[in-house]
Amino acid sequence: MDRREFNKMLALGLAAGLAVPTLNRRSWAQGDAYDVPRFGNVHLLHMTDAHAQLQPIYYREPQVNIGVHAAKNRAPHLVGDALLEAYGLSAGTRDAHAFTYLDYVAAAERFGKVGGFAHLSTLVQRVRANRPGALLLDGGDLWQGSATSLWTKGQDMVDASKLLGIDVMTGHWEFTLGSDRVQDIIENDLDGHIDFVAHNVKDFDFGDPVFASHTLKEMNGVPVAIIGQAFPYTPIANPSHFVSGWTFGIQERELQEKIDEVRAAGAQVVVLLSHNGADTDIKLASRVTGLDAIMGGHTHDAIPTAVQVKNPGGMTLVTNAGSNGKFLGVLDFDVRNGKVKDWSYRLLPVFSELLPADPEMTALIEKIRAPYERQLSEVLATTDGLLYRRGNFNGSFDQLICDALIDELEADVSLSPGFRWGPSLLPGDNITFEDLMSQVAITYPSVTLTEMKGDFLKVVLEDVADNLFNADPYYQQGGDMVRVGGLDYSIAPLAASGQRIGDMRLNNTAIDPNKTYKVAGWASMQQVDGEPIWDVVARWLRSKKHIDAVDVKQPVVKGLEGNQGFVI
Amino acid sequence: MSYSLEQSGIARRSFLRVGAVLAATALIPAKLWAAIARPEGAFKATALDATFAELGGTPEPHDGIIFTTPDIAENGAVVPVEVSIDESKLPGVTKLYVMVEKNPNPMTAMFMIPAGTKPFVETRVKVAQTCNLYAVAEANGKLYMASKETKVTLGGCGG
Repeated sequence: MDRREFNKMLALGLAAGLAVPTLNRRSWAQGDAYDVPRFGNVHLLHMTDAHAQLQPIYYREPQVNIGVHAAKNRAPHLVGDALLEAYGLSAGTRDAHAFTYLDYVAAAERFGKVGGFAHLSTLVQRVRANRPGALLLDGGDLWQGSATSLWTKGQDMVDASKLLGIDVMTGHWEFTLGSDRVQDIIENDLDGHIDFVAHNVKDFDFGDPVFASHTLKEMNGVPVAIIGQAFPYTPIANPSHFVSGWTFGIQERELQEKIDEVRAAGAQVVVLLSHNGADTDIKLASRVTGLDAIMGGHTHDAIPTAVQVKNPGGMTLVTNAGSNGKFLGVLDFDVRNGKVKDWSYRLLPVFSELLPADPEMTALIEKIRAPYERQLSEVLATTDGLLYRRGNFNGSFDQLICDALIDELEADVSLSPGFRWGPSLLPGDNITFEDLMSQVAITYPSVTLTEMKGDFLKVVLEDVADNLFNADPYYQQGGDMVRVGGLDYSIAPLAASGQRIGDMRLNNTAIDPNKTYKVAGWASMQQVDGEPIWDVVARWLRSKKHIDAVDVKQPVVKGLEGNQGFVI
Repeated sequence: MSYSLEQSGIARRSFLRVGAVLAATALIPAKLWAAIARPEGAFKATALDATFAELGGTPEPHDGIIFTTPDIAENGAVVPVEVSIDESKLPGVTKLYVMVEKNPNPMTAMFMIPAGTKPFVETRVKVAQTCNLYAVAEANGKLYMASKETKVTLGGCGG
């Protein structure tokens, strides 16, 4: 028995010979949490940001998810106890574990892994069983995030998502496979199976649409339109050379025209399948009319209930369904005489142990993994501490990557992108090559070593801080703050653009604006040659063999008294 | 160049005015013509206030100007901008200008809108750094404006 198994036994009370403790929520205890009765006649199942996690994983929700200005202390910017209170959840329950970081390790050991396509598939089938005609929508970031998705150029996820029964999808990281590959998949694999929709991707020169903007389907006699909204800032947040000649953007006015068009064509329910990010979805819902719901993703926020947003045309629901296969959203509309009369929304956490694996999906995943099993399972090191990524500032997994970059590239400072994907590992876990790839599997992995003056280093931090904390969500890009190694700094999220970052120090010495520093990084926006990040970190991990608790650098955060998106 | 009252049919008073303009323009060399069409001072100004001053003063905000720019530029070197005028709110537009506040020279484009032409222009401008962009319309000798911020970012780190 390894240490983690022992901890798990302890948590379950088995080591002491006690009975398994009763779970707090009756529905979970009775195993019927997944029996969601049918409501209404239009049924939309929603998953998003799976990031190619075919296998069950751990995923720690953020401890720091700061909302600024209008977004302060409202969904999704509530963490920990504030979130429990807002949604009436009890501490120590499965739901509390699903939606918060609270007591994370013990709860994870007690409740087990989440997600996994074989388990998700069982849930999808179960929810669909009493919902004739239900559509399964995927909000994108489906084809990227794992070793096998990178090595098969997304083919594993395309095959798995067809078997899962996804009907409609939009995209973001999909585009980092390159425009040719995306078009190839849509034409050869998705055709007749999955509608890839994105109204906001156009040819840069002539403005011609690149993808179908929407799909119109009849469900139980009700015409339902699903309009796609790809991530509006793909060529900015990711290298633009992957989508050369395409232009994106929120395109609010064009969206309104599209909504009016599908309404005129007879749609009685109109839903935007969005990869905007939660705050942008909420703002958009307040400004366009005629949408019944925006089902969103990108910022990986698991919002337990639907947010009702008022606008001049009435009310639009906004839902966001978490990430990594950890949740399935179920939105039901009761449509009568051409009008939505009522609705119901549930965001179901996918607890792998409570959902038997679907055999067909299990077989597919085994087939996908078989050729790579030896590489995937290589143990690079073990970890004493929890390794996680998500949160506005450094998580322990990114700290590890930053530390490795400094050592391996002999840099003063290291920078690592504020990605929100990447599962967590528990204390005592092995760090396999697969685990590492789940943090770094991108198509632009080269590491770089750049000479940067102190003042430019500040410009970089300010730039990313503004992408996270701009008062207007339309000017945000939805990643977390850039992760830093070697560097200490302070941040005032509410300060004006260009004035948030201060007290930059390297080894307790103030950063000199005119001095040149060696800065290591990866995921460059330019096309550069360099060793892939996974080789660099794998080499470092193999040499360490064992990782003690990582010293996670957190900036000094200023001016956020009373902010419930922030616990340090 | 000669005009016949009978042929043109215009009233004598108008003829006199046209005549005066013709007389004046006949004395202006071609180079200066360009200067009348193109407000050199405004194009050379290095600050927004000075640009406005060269055109005759700070424009009044007007909701008849529909100004579309990206919230975040995909490429600061070629930022698509669109100006269209809701003529029910703002009739008689004769000129449109596009300005980028923090460019070395904020004035980036000027368009003459001949009578009977729909005031709608679309172009690409360079935006050096995050700032407000302005669409200015001239109608009946007065200046009106709409503005919108476009952010220019180093990029990366998304999602």
